[in-house]
Amino acid sequence: MVKVFIYPATSLILSDLVARYGHTPLSSAVAIRERIQTAGLESPPLQITPEEPKKGLKWAAVEVPAGVRGRMSLYGPQIEACEAAIIINDADLAFGCMGCARTNELIKFLVRQKDIPKLDLYYPKSEEEGVQFVAAIKRFLDELGGKK
Amino acid sequence: MTDYTPVHVGTVTKYVVVESFDITPADLGVRAYEISKGAMVKETCFGLVINGKEEEVDQIVTELRKIDPDHIFVKDRGFPPGDPRRCRANLGGARPGYHGMESEMTVIPYVSHGLEAIKTRDIATIPPPQNPLEHKDLDVTHLKKLIEAQES
Repeated sequence: MVKVFIYPATSLILSDLVARYGHTPLSSAVAIRERIQTAGLESPPLQITPEEPKKGLKWAAVEVPAGVRGRMSLYGPQIEACEAAIIINDADLAFGCMGCARTNELIKFLVRQKDIPKLDLYYPKSEEEGVQFVAAIKRFLDELGGKK
Repeated sequence: MTDYTPVHVGTVTKYVVVESFDITPADLGVRAYEISKGAMVKETCFGLVINGKEEEVDQIVTELRKIDPDHIFVKDRGFPPGDPRRCRANLGGARPGYHGMESEMTVIPYVSHGLEAIKTRDIATIPPPQNPLEHKDLDVTHLKKLIEAQES
């Protein structure tokens, strides 16, 4: 079973396909769950405490806005832990504020710097593209080996 | 700042999203209740939210997938069902995160078709999709059209 980082990290389709073909998707829900289930100081809604931007310093410089560093404290450990990655390049749902936009750029940069198998895709826009999309992901995940 | 005491520690929460002409969230809900040994099952407009111990949730999800494997999609969720920080009932309007799911629901029929098709087609013969990192050279005829459009 290989840990596969998915981008967008909230993607239902990627999360499902990775799990369906026997691997572990690393998504933002998993990172948020860790914080939601850990006792500490109340910091609603996502339990992102002032400690998180400090942890984010590992991936982004101190001049980088705290919003980016806070987000990187969620995704940074996942990027370090991942053994493969699937990136969807035209994901409208990854749109957000400047913090999200810059974090997305940094996530894609860090993933592409890493020497791991990567698959870059667009969302399918027709049935035939859907077949190619699923086949590409299946081929990619099968080649990773180590299925559960 | 006040102390934070988490609830449902050691559990996982999963969304089961159904995009099917044959199955409704209510059908899935009934089946989930049948096989659940204590996991919390919440029916929603798009499917179910299931919370419980990881092994039990995985077992329920595996059983639910069998009903319509190509049209049932599953993903993790960070918050437990009905959490006041995220639940629509407390906040009003759609739950944060629903819009992302709604956006992907427009693509899911193509993915479902793909899942059905790869069962019958030889996967090795299916061409790869367009590579986003591949920068194609500008076609000469297209360049000529651009120049003409500028001149006119």
